[in-house]
Amino acid sequence: MDRDLLDVKGRIFNIQRFSIHDGPGIRTIVFLKGCPLRCRWCCNPESQEWQIQTIVTAGVSKTVGNDVTVGEVLSEIERDRVYYSRSGGGGVTLSGGECLWQPDFSAALLRAAKEKGISTAIETTGYAEMDTIRRLLPYVDTVLMDIKHTDSAKHKEFTTRDNGLILENARHIAKEAKQLIIRTPVIPTFNDTEEEIRAIAGFARTLEDVTEMHLLPYHRIGSDKYAGLGRTYTMAHINVPEKAHMQRLLEVVNSTGLKGQIGG
Amino acid sequence: MKFYTEPIARSSRIPKLVDALFEKMPEIEADRAVLLTESYKTTEGEPIITRRAKAFRHILEHIPITIRENELIVGSATKAPRGCQVFPEYSFEWLEAEFDTVETRVADPFYISDSTKETLAEVYKYWKGKTTSDLATSYMSDEAKTAIDHGMFTPGNYFYNGIGHVTVDYPKVLAIGYKGLIAEAKAELDGLSRGDADYVRRSHFLNAVIMSCEAAVKYAKRYSALAEAMAKTTADIKRKKELEEIAAVCDRVPENGASSFREACQSFWFVQMLLQIESSGHSISPGRFDQYMYPYYKKDLDGGSITREQAQELMDCIWVKLNDLNKVRDAASAEGFAGYSLFQNLIAGGQDKYGRDATNDLSFMSITATEHVFLPQPSFSVRVWNGSPHEFLIRAAELTRTGIGFPAYYNDEVIIPSLQSRGLSLEDARDYNIIGCVEPQKAAKTDGWHDAAFFNMCRPLEMVFSDGVDKGAQIGPKTGKVSDMKTYEEFEAAYRKQMNYFIELMVNADNAIDVAHAERCPLPFQSSMVNDCIKRGKSLQEGGAIYNFTGPQGFGIANVADAMFAVKKLVFEDRKYTLEFFKEALENNYGMDMDGAMAAKLTQQIAASIVASGKTLTEEDIKTVYLTVKKNNAPEEQKKKYAALLEDIGAMTKFGNDSDEVDTFAREMAYTYTKPLESYKNPRGGIFQAGLYPVSANVPLGAQTGATPDGRLAYTPIADGVSPAAGRDLKGPTAAANSVSRLDHYIASNGTLFNMKFHPSALEGRSGLESFVALVRGYFDQKGSHMQFNVVSRETLRDAQKHPEKYKSLVVRVAGYSALFTTLSRGLQEDIINRTEQQGF
Repeated sequence: MDRDLLDVKGRIFNIQRFSIHDGPGIRTIVFLKGCPLRCRWCCNPESQEWQIQTIVTAGVSKTVGNDVTVGEVLSEIERDRVYYSRSGGGGVTLSGGECLWQPDFSAALLRAAKEKGISTAIETTGYAEMDTIRRLLPYVDTVLMDIKHTDSAKHKEFTTRDNGLILENARHIAKEAKQLIIRTPVIPTFNDTEEEIRAIAGFARTLEDVTEMHLLPYHRIGSDKYAGLGRTYTMAHINVPEKAHMQRLLEVVNSTGLKGQIGG
Repeated sequence: MKFYTEPIARSSRIPKLVDALFEKMPEIEADRAVLLTESYKTTEGEPIITRRAKAFRHILEHIPITIRENELIVGSATKAPRGCQVFPEYSFEWLEAEFDTVETRVADPFYISDSTKETLAEVYKYWKGKTTSDLATSYMSDEAKTAIDHGMFTPGNYFYNGIGHVTVDYPKVLAIGYKGLIAEAKAELDGLSRGDADYVRRSHFLNAVIMSCEAAVKYAKRYSALAEAMAKTTADIKRKKELEEIAAVCDRVPENGASSFREACQSFWFVQMLLQIESSGHSISPGRFDQYMYPYYKKDLDGGSITREQAQELMDCIWVKLNDLNKVRDAASAEGFAGYSLFQNLIAGGQDKYGRDATNDLSFMSITATEHVFLPQPSFSVRVWNGSPHEFLIRAAELTRTGIGFPAYYNDEVIIPSLQSRGLSLEDARDYNIIGCVEPQKAAKTDGWHDAAFFNMCRPLEMVFSDGVDKGAQIGPKTGKVSDMKTYEEFEAAYRKQMNYFIELMVNADNAIDVAHAERCPLPFQSSMVNDCIKRGKSLQEGGAIYNFTGPQGFGIANVADAMFAVKKLVFEDRKYTLEFFKEALENNYGMDMDGAMAAKLTQQIAASIVASGKTLTEEDIKTVYLTVKKNNAPEEQKKKYAALLEDIGAMTKFGNDSDEVDTFAREMAYTYTKPLESYKNPRGGIFQAGLYPVSANVPLGAQTGATPDGRLAYTPIADGVSPAAGRDLKGPTAAANSVSRLDHYIASNGTLFNMKFHPSALEGRSGLESFVALVRGYFDQKGSHMQFNVVSRETLRDAQKHPEKYKSLVVRVAGYSALFTTLSRGLQEDIINRTEQQGF
């Protein structure tokens, strides 16, 4: 393998093995640091800033973020190779943060993984120049991309960015990626009505070759981390969606002809 | 092969049988002990093998028999459901001493009536000085006895009980009945010449075999007569018919070969329960039930004489009956084997002796039976190899998902070559089954002594720091002061020396017990069903089996590996601490307070001795004692230094996190136990082989172990099996599995045990099952040998501790077996809760 490829540096904050909800099979998720969006519900608030930070959990300070090379991350990914193949199509998923904000690193890591015969996926907001995205796509088997809302103003209100670029990119990615799956975090007060989900599904339906849409119910697992970073969690008053409601939303997705799914 | 995978409904009979079984606390019954003693009194001076056979016959002629309501498969060792008989020929002092506490103890309580106490006390008078335990004690070296007293290892299982741990030739009894076995023994007898050098012993053995088999046949006929009598007085027409059929079946089997699946089931059951009347040994394992029962099932199904539902109901009935057998153990052992378990291991799937996949419909129906009955017995296992049908493993994963802790998964790809390396033929190795918890062997040919002792690998490490001194006594070799050790190599050499010394003593203890069993408790009935006892004319206990082993288990491998690694790095590489300081920190328990459970135990002892001296204690006094005992009195300044050490140890990478360096180190450390053991032989002509698992002894034996250099505090549990120490594997299940697979599982041919705990969410949906199966396959690809799972959330277990009444049927995986959670001691419950819980992310 190209030595230069393995030496490319990036910044990550976690590597999580035995992930079974983010792409096919058993996967290792590499969480990259830095994200262009600031979603209010974000369960990984420590992923957002590019700077290396300190987070306090249960009174103990921990550094979040470390600079690594592709080679280092790849050797960790390879440790579960046997489980990838045994689970039929498992592999590595780049998540974040936003992998598109470290395109050199992401492209190198994805390419290195592919050269080692490991299946690849990215979880992305889709918020980047299309040319940047195109640098990654040849090495990605599955793109898991969020469409959070079709209303641009509301999108901006809750994520700090409007959705214009995202929706436009979605059309290109649908055409150019090997596989694109649309994901929607279902967030009460933001996008959890049947109309809003129908609108998102309606948009997804128009994307070329897109057949799957995953609804990810809002959860609060990351809420404590906000305080640990000295921030305020503004979603504290929000309840997690009820199962029955998720089921109704799933039916809405399915009624558009897409294959819906609750959870990743 | 195509499998029938449609669900088969549970018969309404099954829940009724289950409920009846668990209505009351199990009870101790005296009938067997009385009958045994009666017989022994009339046979003084006769050859021991003859005395054993006559006693067995006397018991089977007179022991009360009962057919419980709704039963289709009959044969009970006790009048009360889940009752137990006692076996004074092995040992009895412990039960006599515990007469008044056995009903109220935490682990596995038994009811015992006053009249039973009186009867047993009378019986016991005869047995003073006559037990296997007495004889073993007199055979054992003083050093070995001292080592046992100091908790270096415990050979308690066979020291005080029968051996068990066998899978007999069920298929042979099913095929030719005891009539056939008797004919074989008679033919052998006829072939002997009275002038043969060994004629005396052989002929007595063969006659004992014949007598025992005849007794078994007669016992079944008693059931036939009872069923017939009950049928006559039963008004319910349906039940009347059932009883008539029971009468007919018990009249034919096990005397004759089984002519139907129904008869095969009943014949199987008589074998299974009678073995447990002859001797108190546990882990009498049915083995490959799906294989030897299949021909009977197939014939009846194809011939239209049975439906799948009927066959399933019969299997379910057997599964229930396996929970009807019980055993009382001394209080300490009860903690080590907590959960009333008899470890009757039944295994499905795997290869046949030619190396082809042997999974069949009964393999699937065994899973269904376990779901239907949902009880701790049988200990249900599955064999996995590269050619295992995927749908079979998915079905097994569905059972795992219920949280029952079954099945345990075994890897043919490791176990077969491992057994071959111990001298088994390829065909025999391919036909292995599991005994008890995790011990592989070939059925009907092996006397494996699979559970010969527990060896606590942490204790010799303590001896290194104390120069072989424990509680003021020089019990181990002098390996020098740690302050004089200049290199890590010197330190490790001292550990190996301590290990070797205590391994030798454990072998001495085991062999003493082995000889005692051969001389005092040979088992003619069990021997009649293991090859080549009849041909060789000697009992299993005298070496009649084709394959003979002794398999004591070492445990604490994760702690020892982490500990030695910590010493190597912190003392000899980083030079940050001295061994002398380590020693001081360990002696002071790192400046931490004593473990709460241990402090409570000590407080109880202190309070009892104060009360015994005639003083009274208030609740307030007891609290003061507890707090004094619990509190660590090291000076604050020292405490800070210990805390810093503990923090440095905590920051080190531990076994279980997929670190090549640490895992390779752990592999070498495991060899300190497994390799020396290989060189020893037992009196039956076999060798010693190591296992790496503690059953549940890691908790009580941990309570006898001081702080260790891996940061483990004094008296807390030791790591279970080959699993990483609780809470130390931080990188998820694949990393833990990779670490554990780096141990040498081949050399631990008596079995290894890898526990994993999953949150139920990890197995949700079809994709959860698929990922789970992939995890098992991935671990097995890397040559791990065994894997077992608890799938229950921490919250559920906590709630069950608070409200045991709501969780009477909550079954959890303990060690190589499952048990009802609420019957476990608090310490063991905590140990299970504290095992690292894996989630799918």
